[in-house]
Parts: sequence; structure tokens; C-alpha cells
Amino acid sequence: MSNLRIIPRLDIKGPNLIKGVRLEGLRVIGDPQQHAIRYYEAGADELIYMDIVASLYGRNNLSDIVKKAARDVFVPITVGGGIRSVDDARDILRSGADKVAINTAAVRHPELIRDVSRRFGSQAMVLSIEAKEVAHGRWEAYTDNGRERTGLDVLEWVMRGVELGAGEVLVTSVDREGTRQGYDLDLVRAISAAVPVPVVASGGMGTVSHFVQAAQVGRADAIAMADVLHFGRLSVGDIRAAALDAGLPVRKY
Amino acid sequence: MSHISKAKVTILDYGMCNLFNVVRAFEHSGADVQVTDDPSKVSSAERLVVPGVGAFKDSIRELTERGFGDAIRAFVHAQRPLFGICVGMQILFDSSEEFGEHRGLSILPGRVQAVPSATVMGESQRVPHIGWNHLVPADGRTWQGTMLAPFEGKSPAVYFVHSFSAVPKCETDRLADCIYGGHHICAAVARDNVMATQFHPERSGDIGLAIIRQYLSL
Repeated sequence: MSNLRIIPRLDIKGPNLIKGVRLEGLRVIGDPQQHAIRYYEAGADELIYMDIVASLYGRNNLSDIVKKAARDVFVPITVGGGIRSVDDARDILRSGADKVAINTAAVRHPELIRDVSRRFGSQAMVLSIEAKEVAHGRWEAYTDNGRERTGLDVLEWVMRGVELGAGEVLVTSVDREGTRQGYDLDLVRAISAAVPVPVVASGGMGTVSHFVQAAQVGRADAIAMADVLHFGRLSVGDIRAAALDAGLPVRKY
Repeated sequence: MSHISKAKVTILDYGMCNLFNVVRAFEHSGADVQVTDDPSKVSSAERLVVPGVGAFKDSIRELTERGFGDAIRAFVHAQRPLFGICVGMQILFDSSEEFGEHRGLSILPGRVQAVPSATVMGESQRVPHIGWNHLVPADGRTWQGTMLAPFEGKSPAVYFVHSFSAVPKCETDRLADCIYGGHHICAAVARDNVMATQFHPERSGDIGLAIIRQYLSL
């Protein structure tokens, strides 16, 4: 089996690839297409696009960016941010995305998870969770890039979401995001143990050993990373080589 | 521009999935792609691709209601090369146990069954089976003369996303497997002019594109 996936994550604001710290303090990095192609050619297993201001403005702005990416990228693409209805999901999938990641709208209307998974299959319905630790071993789900509290316990919410039909869970640690201090391993491990579907860990990668820990300790099925790639401190190839050295089941590219 | 004429490919649109990525991958691989939702166009197709994502039941219903079932059988009978992808592979078989018992097109004998949710060691494992997995030749099968020919002697990694998989009745139809939790999962079949993959060549990067190019050259 080689099922551990390396997934570059591209946070988008308007036409730009951006990066923040704890989902705030955004800095423009450049043209998302250039980065996407570079990651694809370096052997990325998938790509994630997040429109990080979409919830704020109530619409996903990524259709054109995804369409362009899908012309040259032949690995799966997940797109999130501001998807509020089955119609929104359909539009994004028609643009070339393989899966949609939904957070805010799913919190407000959990039945959207069921509707999207029935219409497009559970493999296309990724439940996106932004988690903040509120007590040791307890996390609350947030929306709108870690700005809005939901009052939902992350573990209860993720189990409900999977029952409703989510085929995958993308968990972003708001505490770790952009800090380069490593993934929230307790969080990833708790979610991974709670649900039978694949879990994608996101937020906090600074070194290859963080990647290895997210797999070995966190039991993540896939691992997303952003600024470590965007700023060129590591390449997809570096991460793959380190993972293979550690005996992790990434694909041999 | 090359003056070599492009391989003509007809891709079925039966309303069940997003064709954009399949179309792009075939175009990128040098095909002259035509998408059709008209069964009468199938009989004149030179090459036919049946894509698919989602549930078997809905797919086979849409296919038969739109009159594609007989069109696909006639195409196969005419000995032209068919390529089924994912659910487009599963519907070639006799039946599926996904959400009840449903009949397929019976172009290949066999059933479609759930991917085991436990490993051979009895530990629970993730279903759907999502991600990259390496292909291995099915018992005694060579890949020569098939769309996997460029990878003979290698075990290329390709992208899977599925909860069900075909179990061919004839072992000789089985071209390649992947191993998931110790179980052999049928990853590709080939019988004469009928070829199909459980994995998604259009999402499998360079390797997937090479498989598509090989199909176009057959």
C-alpha cells in the first residue's frame, strides 16, 4: 500500500496565492498557477485550493483559477471556501475540481453534507474543520478562517459530518497554522481514531520531521503543507524522500 | 503542428460525472475528443471511453435509460477499443452489490463487491480506498499489448478513489491488481478490445497520461 498523500495547499485571496499565520496576517506570495504547476511537476499527490476570504464575501472566487489549473494538472484537486449549496459545489466540480471542502456552510446547514455527498458521491465531499484547542484534548470548531466560534466540539462534529456523508476530513489547526511548529498531533490522532474515512492534516509544517510525526503519531492519511513549499524551504521531492527514508507508505515517484 | 492524424476518441456523457478532467487528459495525450450524449453516435465511434464517478446503481440507470447499454454492447461487438474508467469499468460486469443488487451490462463476467473494511490481519482500514497505490500484474498476466505495456516489469503508482471493486469471474480478464490491506483488488481488466481501469488515469499524473497514450496507440 502507498496511501499517504503529500498535498500542497494553496490559500487564495482574489487572484493571488497568499499565506498567513494562524489564518491571519496575510502576505501575497504570487501567481497560484505557477506554484500549482511546479508542485504537480514535482510529484504532488493532490492539490488543495482554499479561497480564504470567500466566506466573508459569501462566494467562492476560485472557478477561473481552478479551470486554469485543471488544464495542466492531472492529479486530484480539492477546492474549498464559500461553497454554500449543491449548485455551488456543482459549479466548482465542473470547473475541474474533484472534491469540494465545506466548513462554514456545513456548520450552518449540516444537511448540505448529505445533499452534496448524495449528488456527487461521498468521495467528493470533504468536511473542512478549523480547530482551536480550548482545553487539553478538547477542540472547538471555528469558521471564517478561525474567526468565528461555533460552540461545536470538534470530535462530535466530525463524527456527525461523516455520518451525514463526508468522505474525507480536512482538519486545519488554527493554533498551528503558519507557525512552522508542527502539526497538532493530538488533534489529528483523535480525529483519525474517531472516523473511518481518510483524514488530511493541515497547519504547522516547518520541517520534514513534522511530516513524519503527523503520519506516525497523528495517523494522518494525507498531509497538507503550504509555506514550507511556497517559500522554497522544502520541495515536494524533499518531503517524499524523507518520508520514504522513514519507511512511510508514500508513492514512489 | 504535427501532420500525423490524431486518434479520434468519443467520450460518453450520460450525466453522471464531470467530464472536464477526462476530456483534458485525453486531449493532452493527443486525442481528438468528441463528447456525446447521443447513443447513435456510439456505433460510429472509433474509440469509446466510458467514464464514471459515483454510485453503480445511478450510473447503470442513467446509461440504460439513455439507451447507451445496447450501444456500448454493439460497439464492443464491432471489435473497437473500449476504455472504461472507475464506475465505467464496474458497469461492464454482471452485477453489483452497491446499495442493493443491481445488474450491469454483462460484457465481462463477474461481480462488483465492497472493498474490504478490514485488512487480512483483521485490522480495520479506511473505505473508500483513496489515494495512490502501486499496480502489480495479475497472476500470470503480461501487460504487453495492453494500455499498461509501457510499465511491464514495473509497478507504477496510480490514483484510486472507490468503495467497490470488480471481481472478474475469468482470471484471464484480470490485468492488474493493487494490494489494499493485504487484499488483491482488481485494478485493471483487459479482454480483447475491452479495457478498463478501476483507478483514474486522468488523475494519475504522468503515468496516467502514458496509459492513455498507450490506449490511443492500440
